Amino acid sequence: MSKTLKYVFLSFWTLFVFVPLSWALTTSFKTPDAVNQGATFIPWVQFEPTVAGWQDILGISGYANLIPNMVNSAIVTFFASLISVSLGGFAAYGLSRFRYGWKYYGNSDIIFFFIAQRILPPVVLAIPFFLLLKGLNLLDTHLGLILVLTSGLMPIVVWLMVDFFNQIPREIDEMAMLEGCNPFQAFRRTILPLSKPGIAISAIFCVIFGWNDLFFSLVLTFTNVKTLPAAVVALNGTVTPFWTLSASAIFSILPLIGFVFIVERYLAKGGFSGAVR
Amino acid sequence: MGITFYKRLFLLPGLLLLIAVIIFPLLFSIRVSMSSWNVSRSGLDFVGGSNWARMFSDADFWSSMLRLLNFAVLTTFVQYVLGFMLALYIWQGVKGGRFFRLVWLVPLMTTPSIMAIVWRSIFREDIGAANGILKMLGLSTIGWSTEVVPAIFTIYVAEIWQWTPFMFLFLLAGLLILPKEPLLAAEIDGASPSRIFWKITFPLMAPISIGAILIRLIESSKIFDSIFVLTSAGPGSATETPTYFLWKRSLAEFQIAYGATLALTYLIVMIILLTIIAKVLTYLARPRGW
Repeated sequence: MSKTLKYVFLSFWTLFVFVPLSWALTTSFKTPDAVNQGATFIPWVQFEPTVAGWQDILGISGYANLIPNMVNSAIVTFFASLISVSLGGFAAYGLSRFRYGWKYYGNSDIIFFFIAQRILPPVVLAIPFFLLLKGLNLLDTHLGLILVLTSGLMPIVVWLMVDFFNQIPREIDEMAMLEGCNPFQAFRRTILPLSKPGIAISAIFCVIFGWNDLFFSLVLTFTNVKTLPAAVVALNGTVTPFWTLSASAIFSILPLIGFVFIVERYLAKGGFSGAVR
Repeated sequence: MGITFYKRLFLLPGLLLLIAVIIFPLLFSIRVSMSSWNVSRSGLDFVGGSNWARMFSDADFWSSMLRLLNFAVLTTFVQYVLGFMLALYIWQGVKGGRFFRLVWLVPLMTTPSIMAIVWRSIFREDIGAANGILKMLGLSTIGWSTEVVPAIFTIYVAEIWQWTPFMFLFLLAGLLILPKEPLLAAEIDGASPSRIFWKITFPLMAPISIGAILIRLIESSKIFDSIFVLTSAGPGSATETPTYFLWKRSLAEFQIAYGATLALTYLIVMIILLTIIAKVLTYLARPRGW
């Protein structure tokens, strides 16, 4: 009985996960008639598929071209994640191995400072960041957006990696230092190879949150560096029809859905254990 | 070179970059909140605490806070229960576990603002899938964007769809590192599965659960993208959260000074509330005798 119930629940949830995605996928191949006559679900049976929606967003029909936006998203996400993982990883290692302090403040306060950045919603920072980047001549540049995103991503890395490094016995790097390595060499030769799972998890979360950012791109970029979410939401604000919007939605989430197949084994295995302890 | 040099070499680049990026916005907001910067006059004059006084008596702001409390607590709770159930099933082993695990992670990889567009097309009254299915089942259709409760429901559904995988992933990782001995011992003693869960698994998972719940409370409180795209805070202001309220005041109406005041208030309230919630949860999950 409870076993049946279990599989009913599992199937129901799996169906729920599929529904919005399959709806968007089928809608992206619909003709205007097929969309406007009411909800249809099954291609070839209920409607005849067409690629018009896809031609609209790939610059073939001259309506919109999202490919440059995808390139922007990829550049910005990649570099913001790279900076966050390396600087955040170093900081986390330092916080795990050394004692920092200033008056009454210690390591846990510094960690809290990092994590507190996540409490700030982007909208709070929009105007100051706008003025800051304007002053630095970085509005609508990749570098400007990368710097801003890094401030949101680095806290994730610090939070995940401090506990991860704490789990690696101190004896390992102490041994390396006894054999003549300086702390940096000890980190690079002994700790770094052991922390690959932790680094993978941090990088995955940086990529997800970096790719998903809508707000900063909406406010801090205009034409040159518009990322994919901002471009698609802009399409959504105009009279863009649903088949085109659905194609653009599928187009923008495809890269990361492809990404899940590559990283799933890292996500589901021990690499995460540092974070949850 | 001494140990102090390396100590600083590790921490300072990241910490300084973060401080450099964040210090200006923070100080700027504090200063601006004491000015009268708005759409008709820009610049930093000094009006003292008048924005702060206005904030305290701004009923719309505080009702958006209450709405957020309801939203954050409810969606986090549902995500926690669903995520825990899914994680338990995978942990105990089900047929096709690898397939389920992969599929369940997919929503986490999708972009909230883009999914909001998809949800909007699903909940369109005339040609959307939701009403289409209701019609097929012979039920009456629902005004998803014009009625208060359905509009709130759409936001909740989008949030739960998107972030339950996060809970699932986190709790599964927690289950995988649980010590095996207490569970085996209880099984040998012949304890029932539900007893094992409530007396052993659940208490052992408490610290991990608290971490996961706090993260989701922090992140879901920032909800903006899906409200912006899906309901524009409507109907009326039924789905208006503080971040949307803030956006409207500061970026749509350009009340820069008042927006900064609201932003700082939000930050202070969140830090206080989260500290209290963390303390309460930790107290509730304290080890007790069986």
